[in-house]
Amino acid sequence: MTTLQSGGPTPPDLSGRNLSLRRSIADRGATVLIGLCVLIAALPLALVAWQVVSRGASSWSLDWFIEEIPRNYRTAGPGMGPAILGTLAITGMAALLSIPIGVLGAVYLNEYGKNKPLARFIRTMADVMTGVPSIMMGLFIYVGYVIVIGDKTGFGGALALACLMLPIVIRSTEEMLRLVPDELRQASSGLGARKWRTVMGVVLPAASSGITSGSLLAVARAAGETAPIIVTVGLTYVYKPDLFDGQNTTLAAQIFRNASQPFAASQDRAWGAALTLIAIVFLFTIVSRIIASRFAIDKR
Amino acid sequence: MTATAPPEAPPEIDLGGEARSRRTDRGFTGLVALAGLTVLIVLGLILVTTSVQAWPAIAADPIEFLTGTTWDPNEEIFGTLGFLYGTLVTSLIAMIIAVPVSIGIALFITEVAHRRSRKYIVTIVDLLATVPSVVFGLVGSIVLIPWVQPIYQWWAGVVAPVPGLNVIFDETNTGRNYFTAGLILAVMCIPIITSISREVFATVPDIDKQGAYALGATRWEMIKGAILPHSFGGLVGASMLGLGRAMGETIAVALVIGGAIGVNTNLFAPGNTMAAVIAQQWGESGGLHTDALIGIGVVLFAITVLINFLARVVVRRAEIQMKGAHS
Repeated sequence: MTTLQSGGPTPPDLSGRNLSLRRSIADRGATVLIGLCVLIAALPLALVAWQVVSRGASSWSLDWFIEEIPRNYRTAGPGMGPAILGTLAITGMAALLSIPIGVLGAVYLNEYGKNKPLARFIRTMADVMTGVPSIMMGLFIYVGYVIVIGDKTGFGGALALACLMLPIVIRSTEEMLRLVPDELRQASSGLGARKWRTVMGVVLPAASSGITSGSLLAVARAAGETAPIIVTVGLTYVYKPDLFDGQNTTLAAQIFRNASQPFAASQDRAWGAALTLIAIVFLFTIVSRIIASRFAIDKR
Repeated sequence: MTATAPPEAPPEIDLGGEARSRRTDRGFTGLVALAGLTVLIVLGLILVTTSVQAWPAIAADPIEFLTGTTWDPNEEIFGTLGFLYGTLVTSLIAMIIAVPVSIGIALFITEVAHRRSRKYIVTIVDLLATVPSVVFGLVGSIVLIPWVQPIYQWWAGVVAPVPGLNVIFDETNTGRNYFTAGLILAVMCIPIITSISREVFATVPDIDKQGAYALGATRWEMIKGAILPHSFGGLVGASMLGLGRAMGETIAVALVIGGAIGVNTNLFAPGNTMAAVIAQQWGESGGLHTDALIGIGVVLFAITVLINFLARVVVRRAEIQMKGAHS
């Protein structure tokens, strides 16, 4: 703006060589600052990865995955088997509860509700629900289930995690259903299929890879949750295969339980558990990514 | 999927539209509508059940519950102002750090980075979002605190003669304090603010950007003149979503905030937040104490739902303004 070429046939020099010093410094400075922001985000990630791997890797052995958790915080040595099983069982149960409801809910939003006021309200509230603090889901299940049953159980934890996963599954599934081309639906109804057959036989299979990957991301997020677990499942060190039978445990709960102790042995176990938990969460995330990229429907 | 679909039957059979098939159709419609309504039902149930359970603890002295700073479960005195204060202070610190950083990352991804490096940066942010909060708490409490503790001490010494600042940054003992909690929360909020900001930036019309460049603007001037004014509303919404996340974060904060009761203007002093105090005291609570903790949860729930709702409205309105269409 400051340099205006007047008159002559010479075209204006737009190469940026004649930028005023102030403007070019401002531009460079801003670019550097913006780049710095990326570094600020990468730093904590690197710190977490480095610390968890370097401190947690030493505890990994065959015993680590199968042994019981030592009862005494001061006892050194391996054992996180119950917590690994607990994480898988409770998260798996939560997935069984939330994914069918979430997928059907998304079917309602995208296939039936569309732009009706009710559907739009549900959509907004599902977004709001993803922002509800996870501990609130724990308190809700504590009041609505644990007090009624009279005991903290693994199933209570699964219910709380299911509440947490539900809005995520709904919103990600709806995104995927939206990508299914309308021609498929029209072809199906053209053949005389009723709407429910169109949905179950055509729309959902077409979107199945996207739904799977979205659900796996929800599972990954739920697997790392601690707050609802300690409220509804309790802080113990044994795994019970029967989720309806008394207190249970998960890796996240073990990290919390052991990290708040001042003893080296328990802190070591916390690091080992953190590495195991991150490995599980990353596994889910990576599998979800692979499914999403391999089997995605052509978006255009 | 679910077991409703019978295995492959020739579609011709359905063409007649028999009553049974029509009934299945209607049943399916009801089923999916019910599934959609679950969201509203669960949200409603959360509010009702927890409020009813917490009522005895709140009703004893509602004004004391919201404005009192004394929290003494043994005497059944439940004043939660200190926790509300802790929640506000820690999330404010988190926002001051996370909002500019996230906007910077989003700008880097949309405007600065090449297509190939863009993918890696998006992955970094995504990975940050997948780290469980308890792991952040673990790294914070065992690794970060010994590192930042001397920095806090040095800084408190530097600002000691400055009136005003020496009230905010005073003596520090353990490194478990409001400020450390704010730092951890900032890291945890970056992914959500970044991803919403990216969506917002993506709605800026290309023609505006090209127009700015055509007028001879540098990249920074283009960002200042074309992108930021266009995105302001959406960025406010993104920040509010981050704020909601920060206020509700429980375990990471519980591990690094120290667990003191009351209001302390010194950011380097231990404190507590609404979510963290529930996690810390849950195991040893009982009776009215548990109800009071649930009461804290109800207040937290109301605050976060309100913030999230407003944020979604703000973001949606900004998007509609930009694209002229519903999203």
